[in-house]
Amino acid sequence: MKSPVTVALVGNPNAGSTSLFNALTGAQSAIANYQRVTTSLNVREITHGGVPLRIVDVPGIFSTSSQSPEEKVGCDYIHGEEPDIIVNVLDAGHLDRSLFLTTQLIETGLPRITVLNMMDEVRRAGIRIDTALLASALGSPVVETCALKKEGIGALLDAVAAMASTTPAAAPLRLHYDSHLEAAIERVQQHLSKLHPQELSPVRSRWLAIKMLEGDDEVLRHESNHVELVEEIKGEQSALAHEHDEDTASLLASARFAFSNGLLREVRQQEGDPTAGFKLTRILDDFFLNRTLGLPLLLGILWVMFEATFSLGAIPTDWIKAGVQLATDLVDKTLPEGMFHDLVVNGVMAGVGGTIVFLPNIVILFFFMAILSGTGYLARASFLMDRVMHHFGLHGTTLIPMVAGFGCNVPAVMATRVITNKRARLIAMLIAPFMNCSARLPVFILFAGAFFADIAGTVVFAMYMLSLVAAMVSAVLLNRIIPGSGGDAFVMELPPYRLPTLHSVLHHMWDSAQGFVAKVTGVILVGSIVIWFLQEFPRDITYSQDFETVIAEQTALPDSPEKETALKTLKSAQAQEKLEKSYLGRSAIAVTPLFQPLGFSWRDSAAIMTGFVAKEVVVATYAVIYAQEKGSDQLTETLRGAMPPATAIAFMIFTLLYAPCLSTIAIIGKEAQSWRWAGFSVAYSLTFAWLLALAASRIGGTFL
Amino acid sequence: MDQQVKIDTLTLADLRPEQQGEIVKIETEDGVFKRRMQSLGVVSGTAVTLDRSAPLGDPRIYSLMGYSLGLRNAEARQIRIRLK
Repeated sequence: MKSPVTVALVGNPNAGSTSLFNALTGAQSAIANYQRVTTSLNVREITHGGVPLRIVDVPGIFSTSSQSPEEKVGCDYIHGEEPDIIVNVLDAGHLDRSLFLTTQLIETGLPRITVLNMMDEVRRAGIRIDTALLASALGSPVVETCALKKEGIGALLDAVAAMASTTPAAAPLRLHYDSHLEAAIERVQQHLSKLHPQELSPVRSRWLAIKMLEGDDEVLRHESNHVELVEEIKGEQSALAHEHDEDTASLLASARFAFSNGLLREVRQQEGDPTAGFKLTRILDDFFLNRTLGLPLLLGILWVMFEATFSLGAIPTDWIKAGVQLATDLVDKTLPEGMFHDLVVNGVMAGVGGTIVFLPNIVILFFFMAILSGTGYLARASFLMDRVMHHFGLHGTTLIPMVAGFGCNVPAVMATRVITNKRARLIAMLIAPFMNCSARLPVFILFAGAFFADIAGTVVFAMYMLSLVAAMVSAVLLNRIIPGSGGDAFVMELPPYRLPTLHSVLHHMWDSAQGFVAKVTGVILVGSIVIWFLQEFPRDITYSQDFETVIAEQTALPDSPEKETALKTLKSAQAQEKLEKSYLGRSAIAVTPLFQPLGFSWRDSAAIMTGFVAKEVVVATYAVIYAQEKGSDQLTETLRGAMPPATAIAFMIFTLLYAPCLSTIAIIGKEAQSWRWAGFSVAYSLTFAWLLALAASRIGGTFL
Repeated sequence: MDQQVKIDTLTLADLRPEQQGEIVKIETEDGVFKRRMQSLGVVSGTAVTLDRSAPLGDPRIYSLMGYSLGLRNAEARQIRIRLK
């Protein structure tokens, strides 16, 4: 075989291909207990027993001929790339369904290895599988694994390496259909060989013939210039339909399932109670999917999640705050007075230190998200919410990208690939940025803590709920604006509940922590420096009054409390004017009229403008501006005095909804394959944010 | 005769929790949906039961081939069944 040998991991969605990929290659690709977590090919090269291997994790498919857009990446790979070895990953607990794909893979004629994954669940359920018999029936080695526990990985690698160094069998296994089907296949095959003499091996021409009879549009399109052939296929199809009262695709599918059912009767033995294995899932679903309790429980779980994110996070946050304070004091004292001192203390330390304190909140949020997606509850949530979301022209499965959006909008936009319908996917992509990503969390924790300390957790929860509502309302609007119609069918497998491994949960948290620290030391650090310079320069400001002289006059007066107050007022007025006339102040003041109706000051406008880059910068901007102005590091205190609560709510709402960060805008442009939609997303979200913030400040103003 | 008509029009959406059904055929012009359902085991002869319904009665979870499949009633109505 070629070097390196390409080994494709192919299986049903949620069969564990990606876990296996991680176990084989040491990669850390995202895994969860719902379908279609992996939406693009993952490739890694390793060497085993001296054989270089190129391992490809193919996004899950149920069939190689379904032509659903969400299976396109996987199908195209198998048809187009022709890997050297296919590792067919089967969820051993769901063999009845997953052997269907195996029958199709057999027909590709490619060398295969069959993996029975999640064997631990099967053993626990008292099921025994005769792997030797299965291997001979499938014409491939069979390896039992439990990818999450890294069991059977060595055996699989050995099997792959062994297969890579032998020549594949000349006459691989072949599935037999009934005589009518076989005759039709034979005739199409002959026609194909005539059209492509010498080009097609018998295995390949049989495979093509079956695909064409199945009605595979892709293969048919490929042969569309051979009018006769297409006509013949149609003729065969109608003849078969006439004879069997079923279309050809159904006949072939039934035959495939008949093969796998017969096979399973021979190789599988149930010991004890067959329902014992998934009993726990049943009990849990009686509770979580209860017709009256289900939805309130979902809300409750989300509330607990955000409350805990706020209140549990507060404890380690205090330690980090103390650490930041200590470091700032130290730097303040060691560095000599001057511009560099100011840059470090009021720019870098204020901006970076003001943001890093939110690290615990972020990590806790990701802990909960790992639990929700790893246990299989997220799949249930989309089931529970489908009806409600359907009213808004959305699909239950849209909930998965939406919840992913609570982490970061970029993967959320990518996760919309689970949505089959193109238009539905575009709508999901455009509402994804409304999801309250973890970059916005610091803003809400800061504001909720400053203005609504008693109910801060609930305020944070409310912002998340508002983000969901904003998404739903937008979906309704977009459904009217965007031409076309039609949604998706809700077809979703509900996986059994599984306990996420400690490793995967910790990895999720570690990953989020690393990502956040990288952001703080990257974009936040640079942002803080840039903001500091923008608010420090130009230095040759013409003040409205001669502060120097007035201050000097005041200082010369004899000491008194009045003198102290007057001096303080003068200095603060000077600092204020200096800021307002800085580059930052001037540009923010230029756009402030836009935000005046919302009650925002120029400082708020400055924070909003810088937040375009990344929303964490909003907090950093406040930290830098206020560090300069008040010389105080108690951001919370300062903020509380800077605006009324109603304006704080308006600001939170505006931050929640206005244009996503640059990375999200870029990914929308890429995934929608149109910059117009990315531009639309920016314009739409700005308008929406402005209107809602206005409403909030007006309504809030009368109540608070 | 009446009995015959009734059986012929029975769909997956009509299945009650205590009943045992068997797939007869998928009635749709949508080839992609049909192949998708077939690849999930919805083929003639497959035994199916109703597991539970969502809070508003739609979608519902069916049990077939040893796994749970969530489907909206609109789709379930395109799948003809007979009772066992």
